[in-house]
Amino acid sequence: MEIALVLGVPLAGGLLLGLVGHRSWAPEVNALMSLVTFGASVLLTARVIADGPMSALDEQFFVDPFNVFLVALTAFVAFTTALFSRPYMRIEQHHGRVNAARLRLYHSMYQLFSFTMVLCLLSNNVGILWVALEGATLSTVLLVSLYRTPASLEAAWKYFILCSVGIAQALFGVILLYFAAEKVLGPGGTSLLWTHLYEVRDQLEPTVLSLAFVFLLVGFGTKVGLVPLHNWLPDAHAEGPTPISAVLSGLLLNVALYAVVRSKVLIDGALERNFSGGLMMGFGLLSVVVAAFFLSRQRDIKRMFAYSSIEHMGIMTFAFGMGGAVAAFAGLLHMTVHSLTKSAIFFTVGHASQATGTQNMAQIRGLIEQSPMIGWGLALGSLAILGMPPFGVFTSEFMILTTAMHEHPWATPFLLVALGVAFAAIFGKVQPMVFGESTAGRLPHPPALVPVFVHLGIVLLLGVYIPPYLTDWYRQAARLIG
Amino acid sequence: MPLLAQFVNLLAAFLLLLAFAMLSQRRVLTLIKLLAWQGAALALSTAIVAWSTGQTHLYWSALLTVLLKVILIPWVLHRLIDRLFVRWDVETLINIPTTMLIGIGLVIFAFALATPITQMATTLTRSTLGIALASVLLSFLMMIVRRKAVPQVIGFLAMENGLFFAATSATYGMPLVVELGVALDVLVGTFIFGIFFFHIREQFDSLDIRHMETLKED
Repeated sequence: MEIALVLGVPLAGGLLLGLVGHRSWAPEVNALMSLVTFGASVLLTARVIADGPMSALDEQFFVDPFNVFLVALTAFVAFTTALFSRPYMRIEQHHGRVNAARLRLYHSMYQLFSFTMVLCLLSNNVGILWVALEGATLSTVLLVSLYRTPASLEAAWKYFILCSVGIAQALFGVILLYFAAEKVLGPGGTSLLWTHLYEVRDQLEPTVLSLAFVFLLVGFGTKVGLVPLHNWLPDAHAEGPTPISAVLSGLLLNVALYAVVRSKVLIDGALERNFSGGLMMGFGLLSVVVAAFFLSRQRDIKRMFAYSSIEHMGIMTFAFGMGGAVAAFAGLLHMTVHSLTKSAIFFTVGHASQATGTQNMAQIRGLIEQSPMIGWGLALGSLAILGMPPFGVFTSEFMILTTAMHEHPWATPFLLVALGVAFAAIFGKVQPMVFGESTAGRLPHPPALVPVFVHLGIVLLLGVYIPPYLTDWYRQAARLIG
Repeated sequence: MPLLAQFVNLLAAFLLLLAFAMLSQRRVLTLIKLLAWQGAALALSTAIVAWSTGQTHLYWSALLTVLLKVILIPWVLHRLIDRLFVRWDVETLINIPTTMLIGIGLVIFAFALATPITQMATTLTRSTLGIALASVLLSFLMMIVRRKAVPQVIGFLAMENGLFFAATSATYGMPLVVELGVALDVLVGTFIFGIFFFHIREQFDSLDIRHMETLKED
């Protein structure tokens, strides 16, 4: 029942907003739909905590501690981003960058994108997960090119081609997985269900599975933004409307990583050696290092934070690659805090670039003077994402680093250097944007800053105190994947 | 080897031949025709596998392939290039003989990669998995070397054909719900590509993606 609500509300919202998305009250409908989805996800979470894992509709959908935690996070960030998008899109309309038809497209696709995200997470069928992940690209590609500028069209084209090709590799991986599973489970619908695959994972053919994992990692890894498959990510983040940058970073990357981790669990069961973990650690570390060095060369503020997302996805991939209960716990925590912090940063960045009329960091100055809340939001968000204590990012990065020192000491210097370089780059660029002589003007609508501080507040809370039920929940999920 | 299996092998060879033909073809209209032929070969081989093994859901898959990949998508592409006036020749990044040589290398690589899997397969059509992988890689190559937007999309669709062929040849096809989902994605994707062509043309007065190489790190 709750599953039907979580899936049905955004789907219905997408259809409804396809009809009325251009009306003046459409942003409120959008936020309301996201709120109802979030409410349903809370009910679902409560149900899973009380009754344990469950499945629905002939086992096509399933919920366990790992995905229910991501469903709740996804629905929450989708809701707060919808709140942020209300004034943001109104200001864009005021500036003449979008018209009514494009707003209708925007609102409708926003809900459909949320739908594909929860479908990915809740689907028990690997094939449907693939379909939904491709659906996520299809629903956001026209949003990346929403402004129809040459740069945004180029970004959207790149996003479309690279992600479609990448995800096609993943389809080949799914076919290979099905090929291996069919031998054990027999042909038909059940051979692609995570739950069934998980039960027979030690009987699956290792050669086929290792080849399948390479394809799955490359395919889903393109969506995660792992280097060297990351080329679409900075462009798509920089050229689209900021709410889309926020949900790409906050939701899509997480969900793609979820798909990788689910595949890893199967492969680990089938193979003796730590093949998948090694690959993921390699890709993760490469992403962290490359992204950190690209950070300092950025001029566009959204591009810079997009590279920061690549860096953090690399950290998570590395953590899940290491495996083990602590690293998986830290990876999950990092997923949560990164998603919340990065979307909060994009909210402030969106309003900051609207106030100054540019995304070029050299021309954004003295935010704190004109609009203190935006300035403080950006400053605190940047400190949080850089892993300053007492924010939650510090906790998860600290856990990942100590585990790495313990189990893979060779990787620690790379991680530390990359984190240091990232700190210097981002801090050095954010500081003059926040303080000094102001270049910002007044916004025609009051900005949405409540979501920013709610997100940062949660991240701060997670840094100093993780509530016991949340710890328990993370532990259960970490046990599933660790 | 039974006659039907041989026939499927023949169609697989035809598929590979078409992949090479696409790689060497300069004209957009001919490319679309080749894509439709590839779809037809795919549908026919799916139907034969369905008939010889009694897997009825494969008939639906074959029907879907005919509707989507032989009729609808080529027709949409045809209409698009009529409206956009892009019948001219396709430029390639590398000259065609070199591309063909790289293609042969890819085929050898694909067969080497598929050998361990093929030995395990018990299906009627196991020897075709290498060909399926080869045509996926050849379409990939085509996407890399073409500079215009339309041939890139055709390369993407050809890649999807190769993947479907891999699914039928290695496993007798994926569950129907997955195939329907994939078909829906391909269909929606094609329409979005179409919308894109108009936006790109409006903005750049051409469908040459060389205009779209400004976003990069310096």
